[in-house]
Amino acid sequence: MRPARLLPVAAVLLVAACGSSSTDDKADGSGKITVAASDVSCDVAKAESAAGTVTFAIANKGNKVTEFYVYAPGDRVMGEVENIAPGLSRELIVELSAGKYETACKPGMIGKGIRNGFTVTGSAAPLTEDAALAQATEDYQRYVKSQTGALIEKTTEFVNAVKAGDAEKAKALFPVSRTYWERIEPVAEIFGDLDPAIDAREDGLEPGQEFTGFHKIEKDLWVTKDISKDGPLADKLLADVQKVVDLANSAKLSPVQLANGAKELLDEVATGKITGEEDRYSHTDLWDFAANVEGSKAAIAALRPALEEKDPALVKTLDERFEAVTSALEKHRKGDGWQLHNELSEAQLKVLSDNINALAEPISKVAALVAQK
Amino acid sequence: MKRRVVIGAAGLATAGLAAGGAVALGRREEPVPVSGTAGDAVPFYGVRQAGIVTPAQDRLHFVAFDVITKRREDLLAMLESWTAAAARMTAGLDAGTFGAVGGAPEAPPDDTGEAIGLPPSGLTLTIGFGPSLFGRFGLAGKKPEALADLPRFPGDAIDPQISGGDLCIQACAHDPQVAVHAVRNLARIGMGVVSVRWSQLGFGRTSSTSTSQATPRNLFGFKDGTANLKAEETALLDEHLWVREGDGPDWMTGGSYLVTRKIRMMIETWDRTSLTEQEAIVGRTKGEGAPLGRTAEHDEPDLTSDAIAKDAHVRLAHPTQNNNARLLRRGYNFVDGSDGLGRLNAGLFFIAYQRDPRRGFIPVQTSLARHDSMNEYIRHVSSAVFACPPGLAAADDFWGRSLLT
Repeated sequence: MRPARLLPVAAVLLVAACGSSSTDDKADGSGKITVAASDVSCDVAKAESAAGTVTFAIANKGNKVTEFYVYAPGDRVMGEVENIAPGLSRELIVELSAGKYETACKPGMIGKGIRNGFTVTGSAAPLTEDAALAQATEDYQRYVKSQTGALIEKTTEFVNAVKAGDAEKAKALFPVSRTYWERIEPVAEIFGDLDPAIDAREDGLEPGQEFTGFHKIEKDLWVTKDISKDGPLADKLLADVQKVVDLANSAKLSPVQLANGAKELLDEVATGKITGEEDRYSHTDLWDFAANVEGSKAAIAALRPALEEKDPALVKTLDERFEAVTSALEKHRKGDGWQLHNELSEAQLKVLSDNINALAEPISKVAALVAQK
Repeated sequence: MKRRVVIGAAGLATAGLAAGGAVALGRREEPVPVSGTAGDAVPFYGVRQAGIVTPAQDRLHFVAFDVITKRREDLLAMLESWTAAAARMTAGLDAGTFGAVGGAPEAPPDDTGEAIGLPPSGLTLTIGFGPSLFGRFGLAGKKPEALADLPRFPGDAIDPQISGGDLCIQACAHDPQVAVHAVRNLARIGMGVVSVRWSQLGFGRTSSTSTSQATPRNLFGFKDGTANLKAEETALLDEHLWVREGDGPDWMTGGSYLVTRKIRMMIETWDRTSLTEQEAIVGRTKGEGAPLGRTAEHDEPDLTSDAIAKDAHVRLAHPTQNNNARLLRRGYNFVDGSDGLGRLNAGLFFIAYQRDPRRGFIPVQTSLARHDSMNEYIRHVSSAVFACPPGLAAADDFWGRSLLT
């Protein structure tokens, strides 16, 4: 990690530049970590420390009154020294358990300050069983169960329509059955070889791999316009979906997997649905889009009590941005469903894309937050 | 991984010195690298924004953003985060505090990593605010009169999708990867608040902004920027480049107005034009760059002589023909591959800074658009104007604070 090696050099240089005769005041025998603060820099002599009591010795070499903070993720203040006048030095003593922190000098005592990363290593604080996280896993399992039930039901209807040769009914059921699939896709993806059998796209096939699943039938419905030979395909789809459902209902996702699932669902939207690649024959991508967002929201909802404890500001941001995505998408509602992808202009797609990016960036921070005690 | 270790740190130290005031300058020589080498850091904090009179670096990534949030506090928070990341990246550090590989393993890194191992490379990040921003956030009263959308000039073929913007960042560096890294990380930090409207890569500076630099050539093969405003001409800069007290709203005092124009060059037809005609169009010799009728590049053009045609570029752009209008040009060559007809999609990404576009770019371009014989070989395809405020003195300030609070 770079700051650890970089910062001592910076400290020495700054000291030299400021005319001090000392060449090594960065780590004295007492184990204090020196912080050279100026109006435009904040040079922390060490970027990591062992868990326990950590002492920072802050020297204000600037022209403005400054402050020094140690933050845990979510800007939780672990310790602070305020009002360090120019020319003065102060100490901050903090208890830190293993994890990632940030230090900040605040020249002028306003703003977010000049930040540096600070890593505390060593034995973590005793592993208290986190009730909120355990609850999250259980809540999400319940959600998966509810979705898998509907998935089997709607896939069965879809498969029956295909086998009955009822193309119109099959077309209507195609995006609907996929909705339940798309909501829990990260769970399904855990079971490697079943996901491609159910959901592979034609251009994603390996040489020799058979084209099966939803998108093969989609192509036959919309492009080839011949589902007369799709009976076996339809049966195989239902059997594969049933296998995934059985596995998914017995799987227990860790909180970190849940958080990553929430992010991956949005990545699916950003790369596959915004571009119209997923449902290229039917153009029903907005159904999948909505389902991915709902699935992501469900995963975050399960984690919510844990997140509220760790970073309430992030929860607020996520709430607002889920709301923004939902209302942006709502503009494209059509009857019980959605407009087709090819009915949207590039400018409309960009608005959706901006909203997904706006949500996915903060969501990408959730996993690490959940992982840190 | 130790991207930029010594040099990055020295950059911070230098910045500290610049703002510190009463420090012993005599101690500088040892830790601070010789200025002007391609790897050095350019101080981020200062009276002026870096990237204007800073000797023009070799590479450009210019990006314009639309502000998509409706909330002023979101915009302010993003600008504060941008400023912190910009201060770090220009010093050769990662965009975020833990960096590309130092963060929690479960988290996406707070720096994208493609600049690991690269020095600061003279990176400057210069921010500007476009006219379209001022209709929102209660900013109407703070809009300078000088910041009006540029008029349509005769012959303009402007594509609105690559024009305008609420905000811009000009990233210049000696290494294109460093410039792209900076823009990419800022765009990422801005997600949900801003959306990239357009961006442009440039290679090969086409102007000198310092007397220490030789005049480079544009893709017509001619020296470009001979008569540019230069960093050393401080009296001229005060007159023509920097916004003065009383010119407009206070937040722009000490800043400068930025005009960008993407100018596509009709390379293939130019290349089959005779040397005599090329030189007549420009009004300078191709080899030395001397005004026609004179002998050396920096000789003053004799506009009373017939040697320089009435419709020659150098005559029409000359300050004496435009009420003494002077610009600080800082443009870059661009090549965006080839077009569907196999023609080089290339030209000049024109960048000019000035105290007031109404007395700078607009009169000059009005004259050029009407009469310049070069027009047969160029098309202006994008256009933008931005207000670039003065620099930040210290880390308690951030981009846009004086405008938005």
